[in-house]
Parts: sequence; C-alpha cells; structure tokens
Amino acid sequence: MSYHNPYTPPRKSATFDDYTLAEIRRAAATGIYDIRGAGTKRKVPHFDDLLFLGASISRYPLEGYREKCDTSVVLGARHAKKPIVLKTPITIAGMSFGALSGNAKEALGRGATIAGTSTTTGDGGMTDEERGHSQTLVYQYLPSRYGMNPKDLRRADAIEIVVGQGAKPGGGGMLLGQKISDRVANMRNLPKGIDQRSACRHPDWTGPDDLEIKIMELREITDWEKPIYVKVGGARPYYDTALAVKAGADVVVLDGMQGGTAATQDVFIENVGMPILACIRPAVQALQDLGMHRKVQLIVSGGIRSGADVAKALALGADAVAIGTAALVAIGDNDPHWEAEYQKLGTTAGAYDDWHEGKDPAGITTQDPELSKRLDPVAAGRRLANYLKVMTLEAQTIARACGKNHLHNLEPEDLVALTLEASAMAQVPLAGTSWIPGKGGF
Amino acid sequence: MDLSVKRESLDTMRVFDLAKMPLRDLNSALHAIAPGTNDTNFEVVNPRGSHAVAVGIDQPVTVEVRGSVGYYCAGMNDGGSVTVHGSAGPGVAENMMSGTVVIEGDASQYAGATGRGGLLVIKGNAASRCGISMKGIDIVVQGNIGHMSAFMGQSGHLVVLGNAGDALGDSLYEAKLFVRGEVKSLGADCIQKELRPEHIEKLAELLDKAGITDVKPQEFKRYGSARTLYNFNIDNADAY
Repeated sequence: MSYHNPYTPPRKSATFDDYTLAEIRRAAATGIYDIRGAGTKRKVPHFDDLLFLGASISRYPLEGYREKCDTSVVLGARHAKKPIVLKTPITIAGMSFGALSGNAKEALGRGATIAGTSTTTGDGGMTDEERGHSQTLVYQYLPSRYGMNPKDLRRADAIEIVVGQGAKPGGGGMLLGQKISDRVANMRNLPKGIDQRSACRHPDWTGPDDLEIKIMELREITDWEKPIYVKVGGARPYYDTALAVKAGADVVVLDGMQGGTAATQDVFIENVGMPILACIRPAVQALQDLGMHRKVQLIVSGGIRSGADVAKALALGADAVAIGTAALVAIGDNDPHWEAEYQKLGTTAGAYDDWHEGKDPAGITTQDPELSKRLDPVAAGRRLANYLKVMTLEAQTIARACGKNHLHNLEPEDLVALTLEASAMAQVPLAGTSWIPGKGGF
Repeated sequence: MDLSVKRESLDTMRVFDLAKMPLRDLNSALHAIAPGTNDTNFEVVNPRGSHAVAVGIDQPVTVEVRGSVGYYCAGMNDGGSVTVHGSAGPGVAENMMSGTVVIEGDASQYAGATGRGGLLVIKGNAASRCGISMKGIDIVVQGNIGHMSAFMGQSGHLVVLGNAGDALGDSLYEAKLFVRGEVKSLGADCIQKELRPEHIEKLAELLDKAGITDVKPQEFKRYGSARTLYNFNIDNADAY
C-alpha cells in the first residue's frame, strides 16, 4: 500500500521573513547598510493603545461648540523675558532647509503661522524665507553649527539646543552630496556635492555641567530674551529631563523613536531609542520631583498624528507636542497623486522614505529646482493649517468629553490602556481593571 | 547700571569690575553700543574665571580683560577686539564671526570652535580640539596644541608655531593647517601637503597680523584633507 504525504503549504520563517531575507541579500549585494528617512516603521506600543474614559455620573462634560476649552500654551516663562505664546499646543518640529526644499520650509512656516503655532529650523541654519513666513520661529542650535550666527540667534523667537532626536539618540547625520546645491553648500561653508556630516556631539561642551554654562552663554548673547529649549531623543527620559532642568532649560523637547529623520541608517532608526509612549511619564515624573512640572514645559514628539494623540500626550503630562512626519504628509509628502513616479523609484505612495536621495516626486525632500516647483507653498501651507486646526478641534472634543476647560487639565486619570505594555509604559490602568503593571494593587 | 560704571577722565574707557557687578551689566552694555559711537573702549577687571565674558559683541569695540576667564569668552564675537591678559577656559571665541581675540596666556579645549571669521591669537598653548569644526576663522597658536585639533575643520587657517598632538585634522574638510614643530599623529584623511607660494603668502599675512616677527613662513609644514572621505564609500569604513 502506497503512502502519500498530504499536502502542506510552504512555511516561511517568522524570524527570517521576506523583508529580512531581502535585506540580507541587499547587504550582500551592495556592501552598505540601508540609509533612509522617517522614523521607526516597526509596530511599537503607542497612543492607539490608550483610550479616554469620558464623563460619567461622577464627571460632567462640557458642551461642544459652546463651552470654552482653551488650547493656548505659554513656553519659556521660567527664565526668558519674551516667552512664546501659542494658540495651539501642536508645534512644527525641526526640519532643515537642505533636507527639505525652500518651498516646503515656506509651506511649514505659512501653515504654522495661520494656525498660531511655531515652526523650527533644522541643521543648516535659518533662511530668510523661513523667518519671513514664520510668525514664531524656533532656531535649532545643533552640533554641526551649520549656518549658526548671532544675528539669526537674535532674530529667532526661541533657541532649541539639540542634544539628540528620537530617530537616532546618540547619532549624528549625513546630508548626501546629491542634495548639496550651491545655496545649501554656501550656508554650510562646505564645497558643493560632498557629503555633509552632522556631528553627534556638540563641539564645545560635554555633559550637563558644560550645558549649564552653554545655556548661560546663549542667554547672555541674546540678553535673556529667548526661551531656551533642550531637545533629547527618547533614551533616558527621567535623567535627561532632570539634567536639562538643572542646566537651566526653559523647555524640554522629548522625541520618541517614531520621530522622523532626514537620513539615518535603518538599523539605527529601528533599534535605538524608545517609543514616545515609554518616555512621557518618566519625563513628567522628573519635572514633578523637581517641582518644575508646568514651570519648565515639556514638548513631546514622535508619531503624533491626530487630535487624539495630542490629547493623550497632554493627559500624560506634556505641555505641547511637535509634529514632523505628519506635517510633511499634510503638505503633500507620499501623496498617491504621484504614485506613478513612486513606482518608478521602486516604491509606492506611503512607503517612500529615500528622502536623502533628493528625488522626491512631491518636491518636498529635495533640492532639485524642477521637483521643488511642484509644491505650491501657499496651497501647501493652507493644507497644513487645516490639518493643525482639525487636530486642535479633535483634542478639544476629547477634552470637553472629559469635562476639561483647558487641554492641560487632561490627566492620566482620564485614560486607560488596552494592552499590558501600554499600561506599564503610560502608567494608567489596564482597561476594566485598577491594575497598572509595576504598581502593585493586584 | 551706569551708576556702577566708573569712567576714567582721560579717555572713555569704561571699567567693569566683575568682583562688584554682575556679568549681565558688562554684556548688556556691550550690546547697547550704537553703531558709530566713539564710546567703544571697555576694561574688565577681576574676571576671576567668569564664564561668557564679552559674548555676543556686534560692534567694533575694544575689550581689555585683566585676568583669566572661564568658558566661552568672546563667544560669537562679531567685530570686536578682545584681549585677555591671562588664560582662557574652554571655547574661547567659539563661533566668532569677525574681529580679533588675543589670549596672552593659554587656552583650554575647543578654542575657536566653529569660528566663521576673524582672528584668534593664543600666545601660550591651546589644549585639545583647538579649531574644532572651524568654518573660516584664522587661529594662530604660538605654543603647542592638543589632540584632535581642527577636527572636521571646514575652512579657515590654523597656524601652530609649536607642536601638535594626536590626530591632527581628523576628518578634515577644507581648513588649512600649518605646523612649525612636530605633529604627533595625523587624523583620518589628513595628509601633509606641499607648501606653495600662495600658502607662504597667507602665512606671512597671518603671522604679521598676530604680531609675530621672528618666525619665517617657510619653517612650517602644511596639512590638509586628502579628500578621500568626502563621499561615502564602504571600502573606506576602516578609516573611521
């Protein structure tokens, strides 16, 4: 009697999945690691894993469209003579002219200004267009010091000392030669067409004690007018926040691993740093331990997409948020309108991340004049303003449902978690229980 | 603030005694100088290692500092002439735009870091990372310099009459380095280059500006970038 094995479908390894196999082959073929833009693409615990409870018998809600729910935020009142006042707590994160086209930077400035919020320079310095189109502009002080000068420092509304960013805590950057136009080269004091490395450490200070002196110097240069932010990647949020406060920061900016970058090694983006959800509570705890919560403001970023994300970040104790990737999408990045051209680049709308190559069909992450022309900065700015307004309205909707007349009145007690991971990270109870992992009570 | 400022009778030198008045008074007075004014001479006494002395100058003022200073003296100087009659802590003349800074004694780490213009003269020695990330500044050090000097230097000139420490000019871009003494070691992508007539001419100019008369430009060796790391190549990975 013959025996036939019944058919079993081919089984692929979960460990060696198709993407992993392709990466091994790509590395073997090219001898170089993958460099790309954007933040982590892996699934990590995030704001989606939290829910608001809303009002009930013991909490009463506010009337939508009638009862006021304030969204304003003041940043930098700790030491600065001229703190920043924003209408919405959703700010635009630092992105450089160089990584982005001039039109894209203009669009960000226009959109932020219409919505009553701030935008931020990036590695490479401040352009006149950016300053002109941004009512409130934060000037980044980066390790490379590309384009750094005292005149721009004085015409900024705030200064952000960048220690790290969520996509690559501990890493510098590289703007590849193909994006170095004459103007970008001139702003960075380097020859055209060569790779421009952005250092991972500041050239003239190391450690929190030096940082304190550096902050003092910047305050002296700007006559103590400007709020000084310190931006860190999501690595050791409790200690980084405490040390930034100790060094004299007015504002701490905390960027989780979902935060985007113009160009970094994929291995870095995907394996270094923590999700923003894991960072907020330790940072807030540091502020509370020092008696500085709400006195030193906390801006969080990394994967903020909607008003719900904003409300959740604020409920966990942040004062404001920053958006980068979402702002680029709002102005036209990865838009299906350009699908045919994404296909030619071997990708698809929604997945395009070779921002360092300067071939962006949407004209955003490029210095190519023809591609840049595709982005109308006025229309794109309007789209960003619309998006910011929608997010603000969404956050207000949730806050009113929780009975809050200011977004800052949202609190952890308004939240529950859907997963054990989110419950532990956000330190709010698992839904339907009173249990927070690591906090006892079970 | 003016009440605490002593005015000397024979000239308009304004004296700031940092043992008696806060640093803020000095820097705000320097920033309040109106373009074209004659009241541009300042003296700072008892600096006692203060940080951020005379930072953010944006007019052609003259500042004489009688003693040693801490971090970032003359930081971001744009047009001023600052002389420290003592030694300077880390980051002296960091990100200088234009003007002149003279240190009569020694300078600590990161002297002239990221400087974009102007002239920094250090009459003693400079510690490590002198001229780090320099972007157009000219630096003349009459003594020795420490390790990793001119790291990632982009443009400008670093002239050293003494010796240089380890890893000089590591990851150098287009900054030009001239050392009269010994170089302990060169950093990645930094090589010795021919000292051509235009370099001798530039050296003579810088030595003259620094007030050095007993040294000839021909005594220096020139170092610059081999430019092999300008565009990423996986086969250069061992260089880092």
